[in-house]
Amino acid sequence: MKKNSNNVLGIIAGNIKNIGVTFKEGDWKTRVSFLIMGFGPLMRKSFARGLAYLLIQVAFIFYMATEGISNLSKLSTLGTEETHMDPNTFLTTYGDNSFLILLYGVLTAVLCVLFVAFWRLNIQENQNEQEIIKKGGSLPTATQDLKSLLDQKFHATLLALPVLGVLIFMVVPIIFMICVAFTNYDANHQAPSKLFTWVGLENFKQLFQFGGNGMGSTFTTILIWTLVWAFFATFSTYFGGIALALLINKKGIKFKKLWRTIFVMTIAIPQFISLLYVSKMFAADGLINTYFVKWGIFERSYNFWAHPMTARILIIVLNLWIGVPYVMLMATGLLMNIPADLYESARIDGANRWQMFKKITMPYMLFVTGPYLLTSFTGNLNNFNVIYLLSGGGPTSLKLYGGSGYTDLLVTWLYKLILNSTNYRLAACVGILTFIVVAVTSLIAYNRLPSIKDEEGFQ
Amino acid sequence: MAEQKLHKQHTALGNAIAYILLVILSIIWLFPFVCIVLQSFRAPSEGGGGMVDYLVPKTFSLASYSWLFSADSNFVKWFENTFIIAFFIALGQTCFVLMVSYALSRTRFAGRTFLMKFWLVLGMFPGFLSMICLYFLLKNVGLTQAGAIPGLILVGVASSGMGYYVCKGFFDTIPKTLDEAARIDGASRARIFFTMLLPLSKPIIIYQALVAFMAPWCDYIFASYIAFGYSKSYNVAVGLYDWVNTNDYQGYFTRFCAGGVLIAVPITALFMALQKYYVEGVTGGAVKG
Repeated sequence: MKKNSNNVLGIIAGNIKNIGVTFKEGDWKTRVSFLIMGFGPLMRKSFARGLAYLLIQVAFIFYMATEGISNLSKLSTLGTEETHMDPNTFLTTYGDNSFLILLYGVLTAVLCVLFVAFWRLNIQENQNEQEIIKKGGSLPTATQDLKSLLDQKFHATLLALPVLGVLIFMVVPIIFMICVAFTNYDANHQAPSKLFTWVGLENFKQLFQFGGNGMGSTFTTILIWTLVWAFFATFSTYFGGIALALLINKKGIKFKKLWRTIFVMTIAIPQFISLLYVSKMFAADGLINTYFVKWGIFERSYNFWAHPMTARILIIVLNLWIGVPYVMLMATGLLMNIPADLYESARIDGANRWQMFKKITMPYMLFVTGPYLLTSFTGNLNNFNVIYLLSGGGPTSLKLYGGSGYTDLLVTWLYKLILNSTNYRLAACVGILTFIVVAVTSLIAYNRLPSIKDEEGFQ
Repeated sequence: MAEQKLHKQHTALGNAIAYILLVILSIIWLFPFVCIVLQSFRAPSEGGGGMVDYLVPKTFSLASYSWLFSADSNFVKWFENTFIIAFFIALGQTCFVLMVSYALSRTRFAGRTFLMKFWLVLGMFPGFLSMICLYFLLKNVGLTQAGAIPGLILVGVASSGMGYYVCKGFFDTIPKTLDEAARIDGASRARIFFTMLLPLSKPIIIYQALVAFMAPWCDYIFASYIAFGYSKSYNVAVGLYDWVNTNDYQGYFTRFCAGGVLIAVPITALFMALQKYYVEGVTGGAVKG
């Protein structure tokens, strides 16, 4: 993390230095461009570019003057006047909508950042043009510019839409939710009828506080289970999958393709059908229970989903059913890549099967599938479907806050906080903490991956 | 001689154990599907279409299936919704992923590594943290409830550029010398992309489209939130989940099974037909991360 922030700071410092140098060495056209964007290109008869920059600046100033500034200024309070009804006249006065204020504030802030980026580009543009003219070259015409969008600048054309999509549908909502974590936006402060406002670190304090109205114990219970689940889910399916692949690949086994197909079918069938059905199968009145009672294994039906321990174990076991075929599919291809002479020489040295597995197969698999293990682990930390469809997070308990249960992961808890108790402020906190858990595990694991530490290991 | 015979017996025994294991595992893995199919054919006269304590129905009937196509159920509408969503998401997502992958794999530009790092970090946030905000943004332009289908397509496609990893990994394996040779011959980057790289990438295009097409059939979170309470805009996952988890799921159990079969059969058939490409994508993606 530290290295990254150093990088970012380094980039910023480099940019500022570059801007200063451009100003110092620039001619008057360039210098005016610091204030009026696109002035330089326009004076140098590069009209299309100049006009584009100028238009961006005009549009931005117009937006800021009409709405932007007021949007930003309201951000400090998130609204002061609540919607209320005059008790005498029954007239409703519509007040401020904190949700909209926050949302438009965030949007305006993002626009400002974008504007600064364009301003920076405008300076770069001037610098480039000056250099070209200094060398006696001629500036590209508008047609050349358009053509370059399909050639030298083809990457810009390709990335424009996807980057814009991510900006609007990921970046803005996430900044918004990070802000919500520092407000009191919940069921009692529901926009538009009620206001919400900044509360600093209150929500995080509540989340970490034990006793009182704190949620420390709920949070730690869920966090620990999330980590335990991710660990077991990842490694059980991993080793199960490799074992199955080895079993099918075993010399002398016929119809390999048929066996593989049987297991692969589970990947194809939509999870919500199979998982919902399996969850009902293990219910108190489900098939498993009724047959177990019939055969006399159980005295009476036992609700697996009503007890924390059995529910947790059952989820990990049932997850094998989902995950093993996937790993098997992946491992089958990889196992064939292991150089056969490794096994050959091991056999000559008198190694038995288990030794070969331990010394050749496993190290090789761990080496090549390191990245998969990492993404699978972080994916399981956020594995909404399996938990939600199998147990719904239950069994719930009065000891746990917000309708959460003993098999809830951070993400399913987050979902329940949003949907069932509309506690957006805590949901946002949980979201941020989920991010931190994922980021920290990724960072720790990434630096230990054998394929990162030692790229040539098996080549 | 004796030793060789012993060895033969040994392998025969090993194979027998392996076969027995495989058969048992296959039964475990197929059991739920067999159950779903059997239950879907159970006549409503047995247990009123709810859960029963035996596996094989005493009378087979198509009642649950015919109910799905009757005017009482929205199943056909849900199926149609999901198909439309899946089709357009597959189309849009594949285009976006190909575009991003090409740009990140074949071209070098300022901010490239920053963009990749930024998206990597962004991807660590739980996706539906953005749900509340997106719901409002979509509602403002009329893309929730009645308009949930275009809304869901938009959400599914818009930020899909972030899932470029597998596809970029594939592009990275295509030698760059091909590009360079074409550029010396005067081909523009756009031309290289369309006439050279895309035809070479058939397996990865099919993989991307297949994965993108299958995901909406399981999408519960966003679909239920954006179509909230408007049954005509549900997708199959939301609709069938409600059938199982409403309090009278007893009556809907066989119908759920019948619906499940009708969804699973075409999806599974499609998957099996394109299995080869899926395996390639999964194996490649696992190694490159």
